[in-house]
Amino acid sequence: MTAGTLLTRVTLLKDLRLEWRSKDAINSMLFFALLVVVIFSFSFDPTAEESRRIAGGLIWVAFLFAAVVALNQTWARELRNQVLDAYRVSPAPANSLFLAKALGNFIFVAVLEALMTPLFIVFYNLRAVGPAYQLVAVALLGTWALVVNGTFFAAISLRTRSREIMLPLLLFPISIPALLAMVEATSSILTGEFSAKFWIVLLVAYDVVFTMASLFLFELVLNAE
Amino acid sequence: MKRAFPILAILTAILLAYGLYQALWVAPTEKTMGDVQRIFYYHVPSAWTAGVLFFANFLASIAYLVWRNTKADALAVASAEVGVVFCTIVLVTGPIWARPVWGIWWTWDLRLTLTLVLWLIYVSYLLLRRFSTSGQTPVIAAVLAIFGTLDIPLVYFSIWFFRTQHPQPVIGGGGSIDPRMLHAFFINLVAFTCFGILVCWLRFRLEVRRREFEETQALESLLEPRSVS
Repeated sequence: MTAGTLLTRVTLLKDLRLEWRSKDAINSMLFFALLVVVIFSFSFDPTAEESRRIAGGLIWVAFLFAAVVALNQTWARELRNQVLDAYRVSPAPANSLFLAKALGNFIFVAVLEALMTPLFIVFYNLRAVGPAYQLVAVALLGTWALVVNGTFFAAISLRTRSREIMLPLLLFPISIPALLAMVEATSSILTGEFSAKFWIVLLVAYDVVFTMASLFLFELVLNAE
Repeated sequence: MKRAFPILAILTAILLAYGLYQALWVAPTEKTMGDVQRIFYYHVPSAWTAGVLFFANFLASIAYLVWRNTKADALAVASAEVGVVFCTIVLVTGPIWARPVWGIWWTWDLRLTLTLVLWLIYVSYLLLRRFSTSGQTPVIAAVLAIFGTLDIPLVYFSIWFFRTQHPQPVIGGGGSIDPRMLHAFFINLVAFTCFGILVCWLRFRLEVRRREFEETQALESLLEPRSVS
């Protein structure tokens, strides 16, 4: 095992253990997403057919907002006791640190989605008309798309005033194509009217482009002084 | 270089005046749309200028990351700011034209949406610069500019596919274009490009001057004899 993968594993396990013991991120995300679901269902009173059409948008907007809650906490932990400075002076590759953080966030958001999706199905009477197995691919690719940029922009917004506000301001505009792809893919699978193939390909392209860009540029952001 | 600035300024003024004359008096009135079509002579050149400036921002950001040249960063600030202004002009003049011609102010058409998303990305870029604590600003801003540029093709394809699924507004059919119209259009295209470069240059000089001033001020405060307490 190289030093890079070892660092990724150690950091990831540390974050998971911290989260397992405190449950800070997952609790706040879950409750936040629940609130969004309830408020949405008050603002629309959809029939089964209509709800299938708008559910894709509702689900992903709820997950996006909830994910920002977790993403904002990504680096905050490392600021205490100057842990981030220690990373900076250590010879460990910056990429593996980024990868560990992104994977950690991916796991948090995936757990959130797994817990919240049944609730959506119950509240909005959802049933997929199209091929349901594609929803899994959309969820995995879409979550990675949100999380990889979110982790990166959380590191950027560390260097700003009022960083909690800065993260969504940076993340949302760049995420528009990914969000559009997730929403449209989910809606087309739920309604069965269109094929979701193009959107899945677009999500793959988005994931590849921004994973490469993040790995390539993260060192610059970490060492920005 | 400094001598080129007034020359460019005079050239821009002449071109803009000539372009205005061409667009408002010489170019014939469009048959179906009427006089409102003349906004086209300003709308499209502004879009083009915004595109040029955003591209300059991308190049300047890369140049900053490679050479760590503060002037490249000053150019990145200047081009993004002026680019957002031109992009705003596009987004404002578009609906003014669309309302009488299409009957609607706005539609989620490919080019409209792309322009709006571009505008959002660069506004977030400017916000990051504003909120960032100085010193680290140029690096993270340059990184964000690269992310934004990478995003543009993805935005394009996503909206392109999104729109092909949905009904599109009917845009007036073909027909030949009067050469006087084309002439007015190209004059304004050149005039607006010059104007954009001129304003960007001015903003760039201001930014460089501001930084020099800050540096001098910092140095002076270090050199000042401390008051004996």
